Amino acid sequence: MHELSLCEDMIDLLRERAKVDHYSQIKSIQIEIGKLSCVESYALIFAFSAAAKGSLAENATLKINEIPGQGWCDQCASEVTIEQRFDTCPHCDYYPLEIRQGDKMRIKYVEVI
Amino acid sequence: MCSVCGCHNEQSRLISIEQDILSKNNRYATINRDYLNERNIFCLNLVSSPGSGKTTLLCETIKALGHETPITVIEGDQQTSFDAERIRKTGVKAVQINTGKGCHLDGQMVGRAIDELKPESHSILFIENVGNLICPAAFDLGEAKKVVILSVTEGTDKPLKYPDMFHAADLMILNKTDLLPYVDFDIELCFQYALQVNPDIQILTLSATRGDGMKSWLNWIEQHRE
Ligand SMILES: Nc1nc2c(ncn2[C@@H]2O[C@H](COP(=O)(O)OP(=O)(O)OP(=O)(O)O)[C@@H](O)[C@H]2O)c(=O)[nH]1
Ligand SMILES: [Zn+2]
Ligand SMILES: [Zn+2]
Ligand SMILES: [Zn+2]
Repeated sequence: MHELSLCEDMIDLLRERAKVDHYSQIKSIQIEIGKLSCVESYALIFAFSAAAKGSLAENATLKINEIPGQGWCDQCASEVTIEQRFDTCPHCDYYPLEIRQGDKMRIKYVEVI
Repeated sequence: MCSVCGCHNEQSRLISIEQDILSKNNRYATINRDYLNERNIFCLNLVSSPGSGKTTLLCETIKALGHETPITVIEGDQQTSFDAERIRKTGVKAVQINTGKGCHLDGQMVGRAIDELKPESHSILFIENVGNLICPAAFDLGEAKKVVILSVTEGTDKPLKYPDMFHAADLMILNKTDLLPYVDFDIELCFQYALQVNPDIQILTLSATRGDGMKSWLNWIEQHRE
């Protein structure tokens, strides 16, 4: 369950930003989770409520935008959607595909008071 | 927006953050990496499922490297300190990190352990990560190389089941090869799977208990320390 430590890190980052951007309470957090980042969205939401207790993000809603995996095939020069890291090119079966999207976890923005 | 009437009177505002959630860990990992590089300390992060033979391999490696090279060890485990005690018996300094419910080591924990160990310059630092093929893949610790250890009792298709770990690793060690006559394990196919996930991965076969393959592993360490 490293979702919990990711949530703790996320709240730490937002605590640091609170000093710079002058906010004391977070209403919602918009994040992007890549399909290839090996994090389960439902586990993240579950862990978030535990990690947020007593913090500036207590009661905040976590809005998750899932980013599909996208790879580049060198052989047929096309961009293809992939579900897993080791997927081969759906057109020509070539691998490895160069991962172009979907392996990151980002905090996009927060709605604050 | 105000939840009562939908007006914009309540002073909520949007702030753009644009930060990777792993950036906090990566900051610590970078501090560790700089510290280690400055002192020419070669750091290997050993990852695997539980029981693949990390501690056994480490003890044998320490014995084989003898006292030519100073070695320190960071032991990650959820609960016990058995592994650290096994390592200390070989005569080297080991720090145990108990992660409790945590399923991986992170950059900050390793930074603290390095402070405590104070490994000397030109030494080797081994990190035995928590036995888990999923979570440790995501957390950079500041190591020079990640080594994934797979044993022949775990099934041929492990690299495909846990692609992120095999993708992140620089070297795969296939351990417990002494058991090959007794298990149904297809080495060729397993290597093919590993290369499918990571075309750059290097592969060695080994039996930590019998010693087969130790030489290639020690050579690999020497080559990559440069
Ligand atoms: N047959 C055989 N057994 C081995 C070999 N290497 C390790 N073992 C055995 O596998 C078991 C687990 O080994 P450990 O070294 O404790 O494995 P580990 O990866 O450190 O385990 P955790 O720290 O719990 O994840 C022990 O009983 C070892 O003796 C090997 O090469 N061949
Ligand atoms: Zn985990
Ligand atoms: Zn293609
Ligand atoms: Zn161990």
